Amino acid sequence: MAAYAHPEFLVDTEWVAQHLGDPKVRLVESDEDALLYDTGHIPGAVKVDWFTNLQHPVRRDFVTKEEFETLCSNLGIANDTTVVFYGDKSNWFAVYAFWLFEYYGHKDRRVMNGGRAKWVAEGRSLTTTPLAYPVTTYHASTPAKGIRAFRDDVSRHLEARLPLVDVRSTKEYTGELIHMPGYPQEGAQRGGHIPGAVSIPWSQAVQEDGTFKSPAALRDLYQGHGITPEKDIIAYCRIGERSSHTWFVLRYLLGYPNVRNYDGSWTEWGNLVGAPIEKGNGG
Amino acid sequence: MSAVNGLSARLEEIVADFELCEGREKLELLLDYARRFPAFPAHLQRPDQMEEVPECMTPVQMSSEVKDGGIYYYFVVPEESPTVRGYAAIMMEGLNGSSPEQVLAIPADFYLRTGLQHVLTPQRLNGMSAILAHVKRRAAAELD
Repeated sequence: MAAYAHPEFLVDTEWVAQHLGDPKVRLVESDEDALLYDTGHIPGAVKVDWFTNLQHPVRRDFVTKEEFETLCSNLGIANDTTVVFYGDKSNWFAVYAFWLFEYYGHKDRRVMNGGRAKWVAEGRSLTTTPLAYPVTTYHASTPAKGIRAFRDDVSRHLEARLPLVDVRSTKEYTGELIHMPGYPQEGAQRGGHIPGAVSIPWSQAVQEDGTFKSPAALRDLYQGHGITPEKDIIAYCRIGERSSHTWFVLRYLLGYPNVRNYDGSWTEWGNLVGAPIEKGNGG
Repeated sequence: MSAVNGLSARLEEIVADFELCEGREKLELLLDYARRFPAFPAHLQRPDQMEEVPECMTPVQMSSEVKDGGIYYYFVVPEESPTVRGYAAIMMEGLNGSSPEQVLAIPADFYLRTGLQHVLTPQRLNGMSAILAHVKRRAAAELD
C-alpha cells in the first residue's frame, strides 16, 4: 500500500508515548471544549485554546505575529521545537492550530493521528499536574499567505471556475441549515454554498477511531470528486476549522501542492452582500 | 423558594459566586460543577435528545419530572464536553425544586452576570442559552 505523501507530519500515539519528557518535543492540546484540557491532558502537554489564544481579541482575524511570538515564548516553544498537536473532535482544532503555526512559519509541526480520543481509548495516562516551561525567545515569520484564502481570492477562484471544496455537513451545503440550532451568533444570513463548490464532508477523511483513512481511500475520495493533485484548491467550512482538517489531508497526506484554507468560510460568504450563492445539491 | 433577580435562591447564589471570581477562577468554578455532574437517575426513562445536533455541537439529552409542585431536570452530557456538563450541572443545582413558573421567569440572559463570556468567549455561552431555552420549554409544557 502506498504511503502518505508527507508521513513526517503525522505521529501515532505510541510515538508520543515514547517521547514524553523529550525536551525537544512540545505537545500542544487544542480542543473545541475550553475546559477539556483542564480535566486531564497528556503528561507534559500545554494548552492552546483556538479562540482565546489564536484569535485576535478585537477584530475578526488571527493573533498578530507579535502575539503569536509571545504565545510560543510563554509555552516554552523554541523555533526548533518539534510541536505535536492533538485534540478533541478528531483533531479539528488541533489541525487548525497546526495550520496557524505553519502560517507563522513554525518548521517542525506534527499531528497525533486519532487525537485525544484515541489516546484515551488506549488507556494511556492523563494528568492534571500543572506545568510551566522556561520562556523562550520565539521569532515568527511573516505570514505564509499561500495557505490562506481571503474572500477576494475566493471570488477570483469562482470566476475562473477553479475547484472549491465545501467540507461542511450535507444540510449546511444544501442550505437547509443556516446555523446550528441555538447558535445564531455563529450563523450566516443566507444558507447554501459557493457556486461550483463540491461537497466532501471533512468527516469522510477519518475512520471510526478518529485516525485518517488510508492513502488509497483518501485518493479515491477526493479524486472521485474531481479534486486532483495538479489543481489549485480552496477548502472552506463555517469558520475555517473543519476545512483546515481537509487542508491537512490534501496538503500533507495526499501531497497536493496548492491548497488554501478559506478561514472566513461560510460565516463570511453567507453574510456578504451580493455574493453569489447556490442552493441544493449543486452541479 | 423565593426569587432574587428573577432567579431561585440557589441559582442566585451560584451566579453571585461566579461574580466574585476573577478571570481564571471563573473557569475553575465551572470545572468544579463539571466534576460534580451527577449520574442520570435510574428510575427515569432514557431522556430525549434536546434537539437535532449537527456535527459541531455537543449532544445533550434531557429529561424532567415534577415532584410536589417542583420541577426536576436531569441531563446526559458526554464526559469529553466538560463545559456543557458544567452548564447542565449549574442548571440542575440551581433549578431543581423550583416551580415551573419560577423557571419561566428566569431572565434569558441571566448567565451573562457570571462573566464567563469574558473568559470563554461569548460563542461558548451559547450552550447555556440553548439549555435555558430547553428547560423553559419543558416548564411551559408542564403548565399546559
